[in-house]
Amino acid sequence: MHEVTLMSGILDTLRENARQNGITRISRIKLIVGKFSMALPSSLRFAFAALAQEGLFQEAWLDIEERELHCLCQDCQREFGPQSSYCFVCPDCNGQHIKILAGREMLIDFYEGD
Amino acid sequence: MKQINLESKILGSNELLARKNRHLFEQLGILVLNLMSSPGAGKTTLLERTIEKLNGRLKLGVIEGDLYTDQDARRIEQKGVQVIQINTEGTCHLDAAMIGQAFADLQEYGQLDLLFIENVGNLVCPAEFDLGEDYKVVVLSTAEGNDKPLKYPLIFYQSRAVVLNKIDLLPYTDFSLERFLQDLENINPTAQTFMLSGRTGQGLAEWTGWLLEEVNRKKQGTAREP
Ligand SMILES: Nc1nc2c(ncn2[C@@H]2O[C@H](COP(=O)(O)OP(=O)(O)OP(=O)(O)O)[C@@H](O)[C@H]2O)c(=O)[nH]1
Ligand SMILES: [Mg+2]
Ligand SMILES: [Zn+2]
Repeated sequence: MHEVTLMSGILDTLRENARQNGITRISRIKLIVGKFSMALPSSLRFAFAALAQEGLFQEAWLDIEERELHCLCQDCQREFGPQSSYCFVCPDCNGQHIKILAGREMLIDFYEGD
Repeated sequence: MKQINLESKILGSNELLARKNRHLFEQLGILVLNLMSSPGAGKTTLLERTIEKLNGRLKLGVIEGDLYTDQDARRIEQKGVQVIQINTEGTCHLDAAMIGQAFADLQEYGQLDLLFIENVGNLVCPAEFDLGEDYKVVVLSTAEGNDKPLKYPLIFYQSRAVVLNKIDLLPYTDFSLERFLQDLENINPTAQTFMLSGRTGQGLAEWTGWLLEEVNRKKQGTAREP
């Protein structure tokens, strides 16, 4: 699964950034993953356990915040949350110009370390 | 202890390379389609039939993503269209870096009207990787069941066109066309929908008609630019 690719990218970013900031031990990593993304938290955790072997990550806790899908109808400006099944038609005006405000993100939010 | 805020996109480097590809395709005025489906839905067959039907009217190129083999690439080559094979060696998707390299390997890439990228057979992973294409196109076959848009909403949401293939098999399956179109209408109300058969050729003319239109649109867009 592509979570392995995603996680190795995350770890590369962290290694590089930790080096620049003189950090040798990371204690916590915080990710934000939208529910309308194709990254499964459980698979990310699995990949993390498999790939984050070196000392830098030895004591690191992986924290994953999931974000619900949240949309805006650009026809009537109504905001709406996830529905029983995926629907990108406005529940009010049947508008089809829907913008996703949240739920698609895949971010490294921050990390903590010494 | 320090807290360091990154707020960096996990696929940020892929996005950067995808933007580079898109810019190049834009400059050259090439329409680029990223074909995605589960294994065996009929992507390569659709390409073969498309090449035959267009019959030289467009200059085509194909990038074939395949886990390990070059079978699909050879099928395209036999149709007289230039093709570059990418073996992903087990990786379940193509990424923008692979496409940038493969594109540069195509002979006369500057002369192309239309470039097809056949992604690795998978409805999940390819959806997250922007390749720099104009449109994603998802191919579903009637043998897979009508519930796929609900189960894999992202790929259907992102696709500009949805091809329902193996329409010749419809009478032998429990595929509900009505449910399928209804679900699609909710997930992606503006998608172009094509129902066709790579076996009998039914519905193929609508598909190639759309391709010709979009290639023209792309060229005019490029011509308008300073
Ligand atoms: N009956 C019928 N069979 C089809 C149709 N299109 C493709 N097939 C058959 O389906 C099988 C798979 O087709 P391919 O074109 O290789 O599918 P693919 O999506 O390229 O497969 P992968 O590259 O392995 O993911 C082949 O045996 C085709 O002959 C169709 O419209 N009707
Ligand atoms: Mg194929
Ligand atoms: Zn509305």
